[in-house]
Amino acid sequence: MRRHGHKSHALIETLHTVQESFGYLDEDALRYVSACLRVPLSKAYGVATFYHFFSLKPQGKHTCVVCMGTACYIKGAPQIIAGLDAMAQVKPGETTEDGVLSVLTARCLGSCGLAPAAVLDGEVLGKMSPADILDRVKEMAYNGS
Amino acid sequence: MVPEDLREIAAAEQEANKQYEHTVHVCVAAGCLSLQSDKVKTALEAQVKEQGKEDCCKVRGVGCMGLCSAGPLVKVGPDPVMYRDVTPEDAPEIVQNLGKDPVKRLMCPSDLPFFSRQVKVVLENCGEIDPERIEDYIAAGGYSALLKALTEMTPPEVIDELTKSGIRGRGGAGFPTGIKWSTVAKSGGDQKYVICNADEGDPGAFMDRSVLESDPHRVLEGMALGAYAVGANQGYLYVRAEYPLAIKRLRTAIRQAERQGLLGSNICGTQFSFHVDIRLGAGAFVCGEETALIASIEGKRGTPRPRPPFPAVSGLWGCPTLINNVETFANIAPIVRRGGEWYAGIGTEKSKGTKVFALAGRVENTGLIEVPMGMSLRDIVYDIGGGIPEGKQYKAVQTGGPSGGCIPADQLDMSVDYESLFKAGSIMGSGGMIVMDETSCMVDVARFFMEFCMSESCGKCIPCRVGTAQMHDLLEAITLGQATEETIPMLQELCDLVKATSLCGLGQTSPNPVYSTLRYFKDEYMAHVLEGKCPAGVCDTKGAKEAAA
Repeated sequence: MRRHGHKSHALIETLHTVQESFGYLDEDALRYVSACLRVPLSKAYGVATFYHFFSLKPQGKHTCVVCMGTACYIKGAPQIIAGLDAMAQVKPGETTEDGVLSVLTARCLGSCGLAPAAVLDGEVLGKMSPADILDRVKEMAYNGS
Repeated sequence: MVPEDLREIAAAEQEANKQYEHTVHVCVAAGCLSLQSDKVKTALEAQVKEQGKEDCCKVRGVGCMGLCSAGPLVKVGPDPVMYRDVTPEDAPEIVQNLGKDPVKRLMCPSDLPFFSRQVKVVLENCGEIDPERIEDYIAAGGYSALLKALTEMTPPEVIDELTKSGIRGRGGAGFPTGIKWSTVAKSGGDQKYVICNADEGDPGAFMDRSVLESDPHRVLEGMALGAYAVGANQGYLYVRAEYPLAIKRLRTAIRQAERQGLLGSNICGTQFSFHVDIRLGAGAFVCGEETALIASIEGKRGTPRPRPPFPAVSGLWGCPTLINNVETFANIAPIVRRGGEWYAGIGTEKSKGTKVFALAGRVENTGLIEVPMGMSLRDIVYDIGGGIPEGKQYKAVQTGGPSGGCIPADQLDMSVDYESLFKAGSIMGSGGMIVMDETSCMVDVARFFMEFCMSESCGKCIPCRVGTAQMHDLLEAITLGQATEETIPMLQELCDLVKATSLCGLGQTSPNPVYSTLRYFKDEYMAHVLEGKCPAGVCDTKGAKEAAA
């Protein structure tokens, strides 16, 4: 897994692999990675917090990423965010108290042709109205499993 | 691999294609895939088998056909018929009608201006070839430019072609590519690098993603040509981690090219070696800035550094580095293959060639388009884009993302090229084009972009770190109806300061959306400030009365 030659420039690649395997980066993982690559822990932490893609907190059982790119923004993404808050009392970047749903925002998913877009557990939902998307989230998070 | 081998593969592939009377192309780029085009493809394949047409019909997954809003798209050949909004249930009918009358109900007229007014150079293979098969690319003339350069041209001749073509960097700033390449070529040192910037961070832009997903080999060929021209042997493709499909297809493409001896050591038996590795971005807009991107490849935080020295002289690990955007590299192979003069024949006097735009927002046809430089904005929005839906009024087009500006209705007839856009207070940018109608509030749009810049500012230099936050607060106060008349001059002053003193492009261009909206839509700002109301009805200005009370 860490066959990037154990060089310090492999830090970002390694963190990607860790996050892919464990879902997030906890302190143990950061300590381990920084020791392996001989990078100061402060630098590893700096990199992990600098990039939006890395998460230091565990995610809920389901995640919903709402695209906040320009096209999605003018086509109703803010209503999706407000709707999620009203439905599950969860704001972007947070997880519901019962750990069922995490809501994240993305800068742009590159699916602007389908705005507004959201990603629910890895599946891209496009060409849907904000209400449709909310229904799907509700179904998946609270009725499905 | 020698040129003869390449021709052999191409001929064999073309021969194999001839045996099929019909072709069915299904778009499997991210846009259509998220509308379940993979299921459509499976259903079509099953139908072809069931109806016993395996010998005469080929179902192929292809890259983006452009009209994402009508996806999933299916194109049936040889007489091209385009079907839109196809579902797996439509498969039997489509296969039954092959070679007969097309299925009317699903037809998308192919003479739409959306298709007929485009000029495809970068996207010429998109929708035609299977992005996961190198043979398809070779059959379409792929890698012949690389072999031509390696066997018939010297590196300076390659750069000459580029200079002749007049191509300018497609990443946004529009720096002449020929000059950049020759600077790197002239820099001393044994070790040089080539970097492809595929960190497409602009919200509203997805050209690079589509090119990488639809035709990855074209970018690799461009990079290899760059490496040959400047004398590099190692390349990095810096891709956003948000584009998993593009990453997967690039990995496949690199493996295939290495197996064919088109990448790797001693390419085609020559002395030239070139290896490409992928580096993943991790969601930082500032990493589109070249020095920040280089820091990120080195495993550091993506913070920019002052230039000069430019990366062309001292880049990755202190070595001369050629860094170009995806679309620029995608243009290289056709230029080398067909000559710089051919390319210079397209476009305007100072802006040559074509430009790919991602058309999105409040417009009928959203998707990916490629037009010659110099086409008027009106043609793009109304002819290709099909106008504004629901009979609404056009208000502005936003180009260049958070570094760009908005172009109002009275400038719709301007020509789209680097100079005209700059004059209008916007920039070409990487190619995002977002149409807004009367339901968008321009102050809110400016606030939206400022929020973006604020959160993406890397924090290294103070004008950008503090300035964007202050500008955002002022804009927010305006949208909440809490601003006074002094707010606007204050905002303007702050914009000037941040523009003049920021370290990198992110900070220097962050006031652009404010400048252009203030220039063209000052009345909307005034309505918020003086009357405490939002003309578009977007902003919640209730706070105004409370503040006054």
